[in-house]
Amino acid sequence: MSGQSSLPRGWRKPHFIANPLLRWGLIAATIIYLVWVAYTLPFNWERIGQGMTRAARIFSGAIPPSFARHELMIDGFLESMQIAILSTLLGLVLSIPIAFMAARNIAAKPIYLLGRSLIILARSFHPVIVAIIFVKAVGFGPVAGILTLTIYSIGFVAKMLAERIEEIDWGQVEALRSTGTRFFTVLQFAVLPQIMPRQIGLSMYQLDSNLRASAVVGIVGAGGIGSTLMNAFGRYDYDFALAITIVIIAVILVSEAISGRIRRAIW
Amino acid sequence: MTQSIADRAWARYTGRERWARLGIFAVMALAVSWSLASINIIWPWVWDAPAQISDLAGRMMPPDFSSINAIMWALIETLNIATIATFISIFVSLPVAYISAQNTTPNRATLWLGRFILVSSRSVNTLIWALLFVAIFGPGVLAGIIAIMFRSLGFLGKLLGEAIEEIDRRPVEALEATGASRAKVILYAIVPQVVPTFFAVSILRWDINLRESTVLGLVGAGGIGVILQGSIDTLDWRTVATILLAIIGLVVVGEAIAAWLRKKVI
Repeated sequence: MSGQSSLPRGWRKPHFIANPLLRWGLIAATIIYLVWVAYTLPFNWERIGQGMTRAARIFSGAIPPSFARHELMIDGFLESMQIAILSTLLGLVLSIPIAFMAARNIAAKPIYLLGRSLIILARSFHPVIVAIIFVKAVGFGPVAGILTLTIYSIGFVAKMLAERIEEIDWGQVEALRSTGTRFFTVLQFAVLPQIMPRQIGLSMYQLDSNLRASAVVGIVGAGGIGSTLMNAFGRYDYDFALAITIVIIAVILVSEAISGRIRRAIW
Repeated sequence: MTQSIADRAWARYTGRERWARLGIFAVMALAVSWSLASINIIWPWVWDAPAQISDLAGRMMPPDFSSINAIMWALIETLNIATIATFISIFVSLPVAYISAQNTTPNRATLWLGRFILVSSRSVNTLIWALLFVAIFGPGVLAGIIAIMFRSLGFLGKLLGEAIEEIDRRPVEALEATGASRAKVILYAIVPQVVPTFFAVSILRWDINLRESTVLGLVGAGGIGVILQGSIDTLDWRTVATILLAIIGLVVVGEAIAAWLRKKVI
């Protein structure tokens, strides 16, 4: 009976953070941070107060969606597709040499560092920021979109491909080297066949991803359906804007399904 | 007399594979040539592009650090938008993940409701959400926070819902066998199994949101994008260069923090 008193009868779930000081400290820090943010962020409450009436006006203008100007919408989508196809092609072609440069087991140290920094540079900016710079440099329209999405594709494809190159089976490279084959022939016959399935999967993924992104970079003037959407929104044609948004969602879902099915068939 | 093996010529592909490959290449060539032929491009602008881009880069040199104070405050504002929006959307996504996971959803109607919420949230980009909320709430940080919340909700809910679908059934059954209430089953059998995913997904989304909140300002939804747009509109390219450097800094620091948190928590 003496054991009864020393052991508690109930069981409590152990705390996620065992140290009580740290636990309460983190909770207190979170609350202080939230309060500080609520005070420092510049909310314009007067304007936000009108939100509901504005929302009612926008939605009453948007419903039902208007497909009356569907030629504009189709043109926008075709342009988005052209941008996606061309930028995927350019991005894939450029990403292969960059990926070889950025693979530690293939490239010498200075070339490796150069390749890595190219990838980091391509990935560091959101495509919209890249797009706004290109729109200023080469003017409104699909050229800015293609350049932006090419950089976006390089950032993703080259990174994934470089990781795949670092994981290849080294035996085939050694076999070819022992026969005295030239460096580029080794790459062509020992490395390229091993990374090709990944590259095809990545290109399907990137085509889908570029189609999505082209809807967004268009908002800052880089062509495609995004520009059509932005124009409709800017002219308060909310019913047309809603129609475009619905079609964008549908196209994205269809393209995601197709690209997913192809990738599953390849892998 | 059957042909001897030594006489067979080796070929990498069978006849059908060859035709399939040829077909795929033909489709790709057609797609590319259609794009090139019909795209609305002004070719002189394309040939002029390298010169224009290097001219722009030249005008950005050297970066102008005179408005560094305003830029730093905008960076903090960007960070706060991303953090608050991630924080709130984590809590909002929990019930959505619960009803959109096949093994925990109460009935078919809630399952489809959950999936509808996830799909509509995920397929509209943050920037398009931001356009809508800027029109509703006016330009400012609130529109940005809500836009990021709407987009994050689908991402977090989808990945958490998948984690819930992959849990081990046995702890759930064990608790149900003791007559535990639904809330207790969730708290003691489901939550402990999805906590690692929960933190991994939240940290990942915070990192993504930090990047996205740098561009919200371009449509007027607060953060550093507002002063970036302002500097671009006034052709103040040297300040633009400083802002771009600041954004790289923010993204790199955010990635480092995310990596550190991942190691610490998981």
